[in-house]
Amino acid sequence: MRFQPIDQYSAGLKADTRASVYQSTKSTHEKRTKLLFDQFADPDRLRELAGEIKQHAIENLDTYLPQVEARLKANGAQVHWAGTAESACATVLKIMRDRGATKMVKAKTMVSEEIELAHFLEQHGLEALETDLGEFIVQIDDDHPSHIVRPIIHKNRREIATSFEREGLGAYNDDPGTITRRARHFLRHKYLEADVGLTGANFVSAESGRIVLVTNEGNSRFCLAATKCHIVLVGIEKIVPRDCDLSILLNLLGRSGTAQDLTVYTEFISGPKAPTQPDGPEEMHVIFVDNGRTEVLASDCREILRCIRCGACLNVCPVYRQASGHAYRSVYPGPVGAVLSPLLMKDKFPQKADLPKASSLCGACNEVCPVNIPIPDLLLRLRNRAKEENVPSPGTPPMGAWALMASQPTAWKAALAGGKLLDYVPTKLIPVPALQAWADKRALPTWRGGEFRKWLRQRAK
Amino acid sequence: MTDDREAILSRVRGALAPLRERAPLPQYDADMAVLRKMIAGRDLAELLAERMKRVSAHAYTSAAAVAEFLKAGGWTRGYCDPALWPQLAPHFGAGFTVETDFDRKRVDDYAFGITRAAGAVAESGTIVLNDAATSRRLAALAPWVHIAVVERATIFSDLTQAVAALGPDRNVVWVTGPSKTADVEGILIEGVHGPGVQIALIV
Repeated sequence: MRFQPIDQYSAGLKADTRASVYQSTKSTHEKRTKLLFDQFADPDRLRELAGEIKQHAIENLDTYLPQVEARLKANGAQVHWAGTAESACATVLKIMRDRGATKMVKAKTMVSEEIELAHFLEQHGLEALETDLGEFIVQIDDDHPSHIVRPIIHKNRREIATSFEREGLGAYNDDPGTITRRARHFLRHKYLEADVGLTGANFVSAESGRIVLVTNEGNSRFCLAATKCHIVLVGIEKIVPRDCDLSILLNLLGRSGTAQDLTVYTEFISGPKAPTQPDGPEEMHVIFVDNGRTEVLASDCREILRCIRCGACLNVCPVYRQASGHAYRSVYPGPVGAVLSPLLMKDKFPQKADLPKASSLCGACNEVCPVNIPIPDLLLRLRNRAKEENVPSPGTPPMGAWALMASQPTAWKAALAGGKLLDYVPTKLIPVPALQAWADKRALPTWRGGEFRKWLRQRAK
Repeated sequence: MTDDREAILSRVRGALAPLRERAPLPQYDADMAVLRKMIAGRDLAELLAERMKRVSAHAYTSAAAVAEFLKAGGWTRGYCDPALWPQLAPHFGAGFTVETDFDRKRVDDYAFGITRAAGAVAESGTIVLNDAATSRRLAALAPWVHIAVVERATIFSDLTQAVAALGPDRNVVWVTGPSKTADVEGILIEGVHGPGVQIALIV
């Protein structure tokens, strides 16, 4: 293998896909920056504060998790716990079977992608339909999302129109308005037929037990207006301490994710519907999912658990913009994914150990992060871990000779003196693939080694 | 599952035990994220109308104007909260078919839905709905046009205030503009699953 897996995947990306991913991530990022800096005197202070709130929450989960459980139960919700993906899937299946339910409508949740819930339920003969437009298209194409917020950023309208035609949703028409209208028409009856609505949670307040959900399309709202049973799938790290912390986080989430002051639907759900309300779930289940999160909490990368899944780091990342999401081979792509995905692999960490290396450590992800996660630091910690675990790193130039030289002053001096020879060596012919790839587009500057030592010696006199 | 609960909580305790100190809960001015400059000295109903326009929603202060808007759009069949209809009916006049009962078997028959809002947020152009005030969740969602009747006195200036006033209702939803998506090539389309037209009638 000549390159890291992420490089191999992204090398196969079609040019127009790369161009459209680049364009739309760049424009969302630019709008985000303008919005935050036009409106707030000190948006960076807000990000730091949000980071402090979330860091406090994850470092006190031992207090907050039992607290939120008690609140939810008092509000009339049933609380379940799932240590693994299998256990989470089994819990959902049991809730559905106990109700005799066969049809579920799903709003977008990253945890459900993580545990592959829809496939699991289908294998057990149950219908689990995605209702977010992007996720719906991913589902009919048997594809994977390539962006946390924009699942089909890698698809164009022609591909989507072809899929709709294939699924019998009308004759080929690639107008985005028509595509949306057709999905609207098809899905609204699905909500009304379904017995169970499943959503994720953007935040859970430990103070009140409120589940906060944000969407733009209104699909999660439809799940909660049409079905009789609401299942919430939520990672244990989604807790925030108090309701008042929500306004800081909500102010940042919409602006960071989609460059909106606020997403269209922001729902605060603390239990089943009121008895006087004719629409909505009479039964509410909240499933707290671990699936590797406690191991992340125990690691030196626990800051990544602050993440509120806004996608801002994907939009700004020069690597994501070139590689697109599938190159990360994970539910979570981009800079956040480069940290989180290898960690969630547990003992299969080496399979994703290339991801933390797919970064120039430029620091842009940290600068845009609404909860101020020091992603570059975490990437370095994971690179270290890969080295310590002796994970092979194809395409990385061998550093042994350099290490030997740098630790022996005599060898170093000799190399400096001999370095002049490099001016005459045809670099393209050195049989190291990484070096050849480098030299393919560049030339070495003229050797200037030893100048500093000369200068220092003279200065001492 | 019960075993999972103990296992997760003990793993959490185990993960946190080695921490010498835990990050403190930051104390901060609750108004930090409030857009003061925008709000200062403004009439909240006016600001709400202005901010709703920004998110491509509409605000009216007269029922007759809403009726006219609906008629112009060809939306003449709809639902109205039974408690609101007696006051609104005189402004609508002939040419409208309005039901005060929402039949979920015929969701596509309703071109508009009129429901009562629990409040609004001026800063963001947001309508607040909840289970107590809003007669039907579906009627505020399924029709193409949603009209929320907002009482002037219930308009909050900003998100921070609105969060503080969430209250005991188990289901509060903030609606900021029409339902929308940019999933297909980043092109903004309004009216995905919810209303394509969002209106506040401020009374």
